[in-house]
Amino acid sequence: MSADLITGPTVVATEATTREEHRPIPPSLVTAAWLIARKDMVVELRTRTALLAALALSLLSIVIFNFAWDPTAVAALDLAPGLLWVIFTFSGLLGLHRAFGVEQADRAMDALLGAPIPRTAIYAGKALGNLALVLLVQLVSIPAALVVYNLEIARVILPLGGIALLAGIGLVAVGTLFGAMTTSTRASELLLPVLALPFFVPVVTAAAQATARLMGGRPVNETIGWLKLLAAYDIIFVVACAFAYTVIADE
Amino acid sequence: MALVEAAALTRAFGNRRAVDRIDLAIAGGECLALFGPNGAGKTTLLRLLAGLLRPTAGQARVDGVALPGGAAARAVVGLISHQTMLYPALTALENVEFAARLHGVPNATAAARGALGRLAIADRADTPVRALSRGMQQRVTVARALVHSPRVLLLDEPFTGLDDAGSSTLAETLAELAREGAALLLVTHDVREGLALATHVAVMRRGSIALHEPRIASGEPDAFVRRYREIVSA
Repeated sequence: MSADLITGPTVVATEATTREEHRPIPPSLVTAAWLIARKDMVVELRTRTALLAALALSLLSIVIFNFAWDPTAVAALDLAPGLLWVIFTFSGLLGLHRAFGVEQADRAMDALLGAPIPRTAIYAGKALGNLALVLLVQLVSIPAALVVYNLEIARVILPLGGIALLAGIGLVAVGTLFGAMTTSTRASELLLPVLALPFFVPVVTAAAQATARLMGGRPVNETIGWLKLLAAYDIIFVVACAFAYTVIADE
Repeated sequence: MALVEAAALTRAFGNRRAVDRIDLAIAGGECLALFGPNGAGKTTLLRLLAGLLRPTAGQARVDGVALPGGAAARAVVGLISHQTMLYPALTALENVEFAARLHGVPNATAAARGALGRLAIADRADTPVRALSRGMQQRVTVARALVHSPRVLLLDEPFTGLDDAGSSTLAETLAELAREGAALLLVTHDVREGLALATHVAVMRRGSIALHEPRIASGEPDAFVRRYREIVSA
């Protein structure tokens, strides 16, 4: 009897404690975004749909332009910066379209939206996954362009990496939002570039101008203005697009 | 206290009201089987209660939290819809584990394996979902929806694609969840499966609830089917 009285409450307390210990605690915004980005990267590495398409488009464009222009009329240094950023923009669009496409096929998006995570985490996770793809394409394409166009940029490789990162963030911030908006529409492949490209103009212009100055051997401080423009664009559009996503996700 | 409550819940698409002033309450341990013809608004009602759609008017609460309600409401809901909501390139285990991590389930891998075991598909845990049959995919879908031990289960045709063994396993699992205190809203065209699990029965027609009664009042399945046909053709 007395043993039961002692044992009873102890067992209840232990069960309650165990339940409390095993109670799900939803992940933070950063953790949830990382989970989504990692899942997207695993899916992409297994299917290689967007990555291979983006790499093929990028490398083929570099090679085709090499044969299409007369190097005695226009120097490679004058042509390459603008050309590279146009190529990155269009190849990046392939990945941006794919990011939300993988959620649509079997309505996995409903499971994401039904998870107890902030809507912003979905946007951030998708943007991170897109950024990884864009940076990977740049990592392969920039050395390829240097070889094909016979450019020497070893001394500016770090600042060039900075431009690539800043411009990549800007392209992905806007592209991810428009990818989310257009993915469930009938003509999403057409709508995404039509909507996103006008917003890409400041990024491509700033990135191409800064790249041209670096490749042309101009002092790094001549690029500061363009880098500030890129940084400002990134801050404004990352914040604005993350907020806008929370609105469209609920609608 | 009811875990699922709706009061004059309405959702319109343009001029058409897919869900029209619906009132309902489902307490823990209850299972409401919801029947209705195609286009009656059953799926829209489920999506409203899952927080995936905003109501045009009226209110809904899940576990006391007003919807859409944010993370607190979504944490207690498990949703199974027409589609599998899975990633074909990931394995069954990876799909369920991903859902477990998004819900913050401790020991997500073990919990995912446990959920797959509950649906008798643990032996296919490392198989990519695209390589599974539709029935096996449905079992993974159910495991994904149950992995965080939801207190509210919203089920839209959960028996789709399942063979007899799969249907029995799912029915037993759902009955067990109800006994553990979960509230179930089951949308199905399979009257026998629905009536077997239900504690309450409802029929939707043109966005409204045309019948809502305790299961015991519905009688035998054949008699209920006759009444159902009269209601939807009225």
